Amino acid sequence: MSKIIVVTSGKGGVGKTTTSAAISAGLAKRGHKTVVIDFDVGLRNLDMIMGCERRVVFDFINVIQGDAKLKQALIRDKRLDNLAVLPTSQTRDKDALTQEGVEAVLNELKEEFDYIICDSPAGIERGALMAMYYADEAIVVTNPEVSSVRDSDRVLGLLQSKTHRAEEEGAEPIKAQVLITRHDQARIDKGEMMTVEDVLEILAVPLLGIIPESPAVLRASNMGVPVVLDDPSAAASAYEDAVARLVGEQVEMKIGGERRPGLISRLFGLTA
Amino acid sequence: MFGFSLKPRKPNAAQTAKDRLQILLAHERSGASPDCLPELQRDILEAIRKHMKIDRDAIDIKMERGEGLSSLEINIEFPADQRKA
Repeated sequence: MSKIIVVTSGKGGVGKTTTSAAISAGLAKRGHKTVVIDFDVGLRNLDMIMGCERRVVFDFINVIQGDAKLKQALIRDKRLDNLAVLPTSQTRDKDALTQEGVEAVLNELKEEFDYIICDSPAGIERGALMAMYYADEAIVVTNPEVSSVRDSDRVLGLLQSKTHRAEEEGAEPIKAQVLITRHDQARIDKGEMMTVEDVLEILAVPLLGIIPESPAVLRASNMGVPVVLDDPSAAASAYEDAVARLVGEQVEMKIGGERRPGLISRLFGLTA
Repeated sequence: MFGFSLKPRKPNAAQTAKDRLQILLAHERSGASPDCLPELQRDILEAIRKHMKIDRDAIDIKMERGEGLSSLEINIEFPADQRKA
């Protein structure tokens, strides 16, 4: 059974595309057939983060509109042969995303892939709603910062109301988890940044992982390499841990490479 | 003069980022948009279909955008018994 996972946040610039690239590469590294789709129509960027921007021929919208077959639009990753990217259009707008079109493409992808990662655009407009509509699970990317947490709360509300699972009678609701990115322990220690516990207390959803603020993230995007495929770093291992939890493994929560099991696991029972 | 050449610049991450952007944006700004590709694909298929029977899905177009030069690779598959027909 394949799983559709949306990576969303409401707020822009919190790390959705970085996370989509890292999670999909991490899943593929573990042997799962994975595809990552860019839903940000008109502002294509996943291709750059994945490093395949020079190879885009056809896109998601071409497939929806019947101008190209899915296999012509899928870009196979050169580093991992079970990873593929479905780029979006750089020239169209979000109205080109029809619900029927998105559903048809997702259904076809389910035949080949174990995991379908939907990289949502920022905002809560059509592109973001289409990215989450057919999801089975959601990764809500949040920075420990007021506007990001507020927007995450809004998005969590939409996940529970404006999606297929929310509308379908008797369906399990979307399983939503928070991924905290740009976590800076030094600033938390100084009382400048909200703690993980603060954020979780407000959002009241389970925690998928904590990604530390790390120079490795900018480096990876400069190079067009998902952070988990680049040189080892605290951010890469935090993403690897998040991927392990995503596939159901019990992995202790770490903060910036440092183990702090007592606090978080006791409070939220995540590593029982 | 020597002052510059003695220290060859190491291709660091920032330089790689800039190079990648320059190549990509040169293509995007030139308006050689990939929007013409569906049409190109249709035209190629039509031209070939005048001479042999091929499937609508039998065409595979690959592109590699480079610095100053891009390549378009077009693969068309057709059944082996075409020539007899």
